[in-house]
Amino acid sequence: MNAVPAKANGPDGATRSAIGRWLGTALACTLLLAAAFRLYLLAEPLYGALLLALAAGVAIVFGRERFVAARFVFPAVAAVLLFIAFPVAYTIWLGFTNYGSFNLLSKQRATEVLLSTQSIDQGSTRDFSLVPDGDGYRVFFAGDAGQSPLLSDAHPLDGSAASLDSAEVDAAPEEPLARREAIRLRDGLQAISIATPDGGTLRYASLRAFAVTTPEFTRDDQGRLVSADGTRILVADDDRGFYVQQDGTRVAPGWRVPIGLDNFERIFTSAGIREPLFGIFVWTLVFAALSTGLTFALGVTLATLLQWPHLTFKRTYRILLILPYAVPSFISILVFRGLFNQNFGEINLIIEALFGGRPDWFTDPALARTMVLIVNVWLGYPYMMLLAMGFLQSVPGEHTEAATLDGAGPLTRFLRITLPQILPPFVPLLIATFAFNFNNIVLILLLTGGGPDIPGTRIPAGSTDILGSFTYRLAFQDSGQQFGLAGAITLLIFLAVGTLAWLNLVALRRRTEVGA
Amino acid sequence: MIVEDPRALRRRKWLAHAFLIVFIAVLMFPFLMIVSISLRTGNFSTGALIPSDPTLEHWYLAFGLEYTRTDGTVVPPRFPVLVWMWNSIKVGTIAACGVLVLSTVAAYAFSRLRFGGRLVLLDSLLLIQMFPTTLALVAIYAIFDSLGNVSPALGIDSHWALVLVYLSALTLHVWTIKGYFDNLDPALDEAAIIDGATPWQRFRYVLLPLAVPILAVVFVLAFIGFVNDYPIASILIRSEDKMTLAVGSRLYLNEFQYLWGDFAAAAILSGLPITVVFLIAQRYLVSGLADGGVKG
Repeated sequence: MNAVPAKANGPDGATRSAIGRWLGTALACTLLLAAAFRLYLLAEPLYGALLLALAAGVAIVFGRERFVAARFVFPAVAAVLLFIAFPVAYTIWLGFTNYGSFNLLSKQRATEVLLSTQSIDQGSTRDFSLVPDGDGYRVFFAGDAGQSPLLSDAHPLDGSAASLDSAEVDAAPEEPLARREAIRLRDGLQAISIATPDGGTLRYASLRAFAVTTPEFTRDDQGRLVSADGTRILVADDDRGFYVQQDGTRVAPGWRVPIGLDNFERIFTSAGIREPLFGIFVWTLVFAALSTGLTFALGVTLATLLQWPHLTFKRTYRILLILPYAVPSFISILVFRGLFNQNFGEINLIIEALFGGRPDWFTDPALARTMVLIVNVWLGYPYMMLLAMGFLQSVPGEHTEAATLDGAGPLTRFLRITLPQILPPFVPLLIATFAFNFNNIVLILLLTGGGPDIPGTRIPAGSTDILGSFTYRLAFQDSGQQFGLAGAITLLIFLAVGTLAWLNLVALRRRTEVGA
Repeated sequence: MIVEDPRALRRRKWLAHAFLIVFIAVLMFPFLMIVSISLRTGNFSTGALIPSDPTLEHWYLAFGLEYTRTDGTVVPPRFPVLVWMWNSIKVGTIAACGVLVLSTVAAYAFSRLRFGGRLVLLDSLLLIQMFPTTLALVAIYAIFDSLGNVSPALGIDSHWALVLVYLSALTLHVWTIKGYFDNLDPALDEAAIIDGATPWQRFRYVLLPLAVPILAVVFVLAFIGFVNDYPIASILIRSEDKMTLAVGSRLYLNEFQYLWGDFAAAAILSGLPITVVFLIAQRYLVSGLADGGVKG
């Protein structure tokens, strides 16, 4: 107890620590409030409100004396709420919106994008080339059919907006940039406009040319967007999150709006989605159940062998047997991806030498699923083995000895006596493993990427896809950021995992009550 | 021990050894193969376990060095493996330290202080632990996409964003450390209470020094978990030089580019340190496993 400095117990120490805590609390709150205000200004009121709530929590918990114990728990709970609870809830909320590649923006931004679209006056296009000048570039327009060559002022083309003047010149510049270089600078070119001596204004119109452009739409007093020639009138449809033309066609980009149960309706009514989704759901259950069952069986078998008193070299066997657990899983999975390769994978070389023929592990659905299971059992059994070895130690030896005297063989002894004793403490861990495999998207994404694709579906769905990897692909891969649909499926996964979590809690309670 | 028929016993021993040896031989196959592949010439070659014309080309490339072949062609390294490794170590270490601080402090309160809602909070942590972060990927992407407008350091492609998300992976560790604190003799901090120590002083000067072993275990477990993470890192990190190992390694093997040999060398280089750390720590890790942790 000599580690407790006596001085800190006196009133001086207490006052000093209180002042320190007040200063710290005030500083943290100020920072959080400043960030919240920034977010509010950037039209992110939700995140701003979240930080505001965090600041209030910090102020209450650290500012008032009665919450001494809560101070210790607050940071951890805040981290869990901010980065697990809120994102899960928010993802599910997105399932009730149309958030996706066509509806990424806010309404304000979508309107700005439409208002900034320019229509090109076709008769006015002029080919251009770029001429380096110090740190910047000049735009050169060659002369043709009654128009004299023009050269603009220099500009760094770094994306800053500018209106440049231009002047007539006699000869073409000697060393214009290659077209490829000019294309690379297109973002900078889009930001500038060039005034010609005759009073016109040229803007970047295509990879080769500048032209006189006019805004495609203007906003009228009713908030409608009217095209320059008056033929197209766009009306905002806040139910669908799009501007809609007179004939009902939608004009991209749209914005994010709640659309109620539409995503769920799509999931349950569109055959192109429902059928693959159902298949994926069944496979997810089968995959999780088989993975858990097979790793458990193998793990317990090996653990029983290693506990056998007559076995020698136990330590060596043990170290070698847990090796698959020690290697980072992303590396093992990628190694298997290579080893299973159809043409030059080593596994197929051996199979060909022994049996002839090279199975297509990645294109045949049944083989792909077998491969996924083989790899997952390889990855997962050491965990079960380590657990089983722990539980087996608490099984009293007298029971098995008595059974041996009664003439029971090793298998009967194991099934009748050992297994019933280690199973109860195993149950919550088996449920946890099942839940883990239910969402084992690292394995699927790295090994098969979900493939081979199921033919004839509306959305990319693969034979080895589990719900989690399917959602991941829907949101972040080739199918075009369907965040809304992904959120809706996340709710389904959430319900499944929630049931498992509840089961696990019940099983854990039972374990504590039994006292095993 | 009961006397069994010695001949049956000997037969069973042989069977057990034979089974284990065959099983371990199958188990070792991928490891031996990957070593052999990393020494073979080219990225598509097949052949015996012992390469016929071994080369260090893949190893040079894995270390980020140029390799000059015998015919004079110079092969530049294709991927910055060492940079990825550094990124993984950096993000993993910072996040694991953060998780350690948050969960130790919380575990202390759960174990030693009595406050309203303590049991409910503990159960909620256990429940939340079951929900994988993969459920929240869409929102995590949307949140950091927006936060990037406030400061690029918190946006997509920032390691700090990754660390922030990883900080939430502490639920299980709170339980592990709490279990350890529960087993420490309460007489220790009761003595400190009599001396007039505040809750913080009891934590800092009494329990913390005693908890070093479990803190080491939790640090290793958390670090390995973060280094192994693929889903979160893959949506938050886009540019090649910011990638972690788990995200970058995937670039080696795809339909358009199949660098099997280069991957083998890089995989051994990056996997070996973590494997060795795990094997050294495994004796201590195993005790924590029974509390319900599944390595990611």
